[in-house]
Order: sequence, then C-alpha cells, then structure tokens
Amino acid sequence: MNGSTTWETVAIILGLAAITVITRCFFFLTRKSASLPHWAQRGLQYAPIAALSAVVLPEVLMTQGHLLATWMDARLFGAAAGVLVYFWRRDVLLTIVAGMAVYLPLHLGLGW
Amino acid sequence: MFLKRANRSHPEFRVGASEMWPQAPGMVAWGLMTGVAMAKSGMSLFESLLMTLTVFAGSSQLAAAPLLTVDAPAWVILATGFCVNLRFVVFSLHLRPYLMHLPWLERISHGYLTTDMTYVMFTRRFAHPGDTPEAQNAQEAYLAGSNSACWISWMPASVTGVVLANFIPTTWGLGFAGILCLIGILCSLASTRLRIVSAVVAAMVAITTYQLPFKLNIVVAIAMAVFACMSIEKMRRKVAA
Repeated sequence: MNGSTTWETVAIILGLAAITVITRCFFFLTRKSASLPHWAQRGLQYAPIAALSAVVLPEVLMTQGHLLATWMDARLFGAAAGVLVYFWRRDVLLTIVAGMAVYLPLHLGLGW
Repeated sequence: MFLKRANRSHPEFRVGASEMWPQAPGMVAWGLMTGVAMAKSGMSLFESLLMTLTVFAGSSQLAAAPLLTVDAPAWVILATGFCVNLRFVVFSLHLRPYLMHLPWLERISHGYLTTDMTYVMFTRRFAHPGDTPEAQNAQEAYLAGSNSACWISWMPASVTGVVLANFIPTTWGLGFAGILCLIGILCSLASTRLRIVSAVVAAMVAITTYQLPFKLNIVVAIAMAVFACMSIEKMRRKVAA
C-alpha cells in the first residue's frame, strides 16, 4: 500500500459517509413535510425500474463512454444469457450463474 | 435494524434475508471488485478500509476514489458523491410513509443501510405502507432482514478486495456478476407494459447523456422515463374518457 493518510482525506471520507446518510434518508430526516401529491405517488412506480435500467444498460452497451462498435463483446452475450434464463426460471441466482458461465469463457478465453 | 430484537425474531426478518441471499454472489463479486478498484486507485490501506466501512455506497466510492488521489478540492468530491447518490433521494421519498412512524434514529439507520437492491425488493413485496402496527412491524422486520443479508454479503467481500487488491487483476471482469444481479432484478420489475417503456426510455436517455458530469445522466434518465410513462397514462385516460 502506498501513500500516507492525511486528516483532510479522512474528513472527506467521513463527509462522503454523511452524504450516504443524507441522500438515503433525505425525505425522512425530519418529521415536517407534506404528504406526497397523487401524481408523484404514481410516478414512483416507474422510478425504480428506470433507475436500474439507467445504471445497468450503459454498463452493458458502452465502453469508455461510447456505444460498442462491435458485437464481439462478452458482456452482450453474458447479459443476453442472463435475461433468457431469468424469464425461463424467474431466479436471480440462476441469472448470475448462467450469465457468468457465458461471459467468463468469452472474456478470458477469447478476450472479448 | 437488526439490533432490535423484535425485528430479528419476526418471521418477516427471515423472509427478507432469504429473498436477498440469491443476490449474494453478485454482491460478493461486486463488493470484491469495488474494494480492488479503490485500493488500486492509489488510496492508502487505511483510507480504503475507512471508506469501505463507512461510506457503504459502491458507485459513490468508485467515483470518489480517483478524485481523492488526484487531490481534487473537497467540495468537488462531496458534490460528486451527492450526485451519484441522487437516486437514493428519490427512493427516500418513496420509503418515507413506510418508516415515518419510527423514532428518528431507527429511521436513519434503516435509511443508511438501504441499498438499490433492498429498496427494490422491499417496495416490490410491499406495494403500500402498512396501516396497522402489525403490518408496520412486519415491513420493518423484512427491511431489516434484507438489509442485514445485503450488508453481510457486501462488506467482508469489499474488505477482502481492498486487502487482496494486488492479487486480483481487474481484467478478470468478476464485477460483471454485479451487473448480472441487477439485470435479474430489472427483469423481475418489468411486470407491466409501461414499466418496460420506463426501462427502455431510461436506458436510451442514460446512454445518450452519458457525457454529463457527476453521473447526472442517471438522474436525467429517471426523470425522462417517469415523465414519458405518466404522459402515456394521461393520454390513455383521455382516450378512455
């Protein structure tokens, strides 16, 4: 391990921990605040899937900030295998196992 | 929280934990790679471990680590952490009615430990906040069980990753297991046509706005997807009326 630890860095790390608490608890940090308007409650049922999709799809379809230029990428095949197995068996663990079983040989064996 | 006996002994605690266990291999691999990436960014062992143990937010750790090692100004690092975590602000709005009956410290500890994964599973199992004390206790116990299982699968792996960083090449791509885990959950959420629309719109927007700083593309994508789905809902109601 390299580098010495400065108090400033420690303070920043603890600040980041505080930000985890603030963002995850934002709307229940204090008791005051009104109840949610109806439209917001309805909108929330579309937010979780949108958030996951926005996090996951760029990880599968992009490399270094650009859309994949080739189909020879192990992530595409791993992800496709995962999706198929999910809808076949409805099991997240099997999704991971099947996806990795397709991904690792292509990635490590062929270098895709 | 798991510290509360009433939560640990409630049957829903086990349900929450057992629904989380299938995602554990993904969490382990992802935690491991986050640990490796942090340690390899040039942070000291103490700094990496402190960050792993306190920040407990993979994406924000991955974004902050390189900024720390290039001595970026503190406010830039903290602002980045905040932006990467903005999705949790949305989640907290959703969770508020489920937790508001609890004392402050218990709300905060539930909130701190709630990750993407456990939030999604919790709101999938409980579409509405409980309106009786029994229902509220069951929901709290489920959340505590699922958060505990998540923490236990993430934390030791992440610490191991930091410590073993020099022996595990990032080129193995073990972090892809974490992505596959999220893909599984994503599929499980695709239960209505409009939710599929939401996922497609969010993916397209997140990719086209990828260049935005601080991962703001994720926030923009969520906003656009929700807006699109609600507009379609509105049009449908007009057609029906």
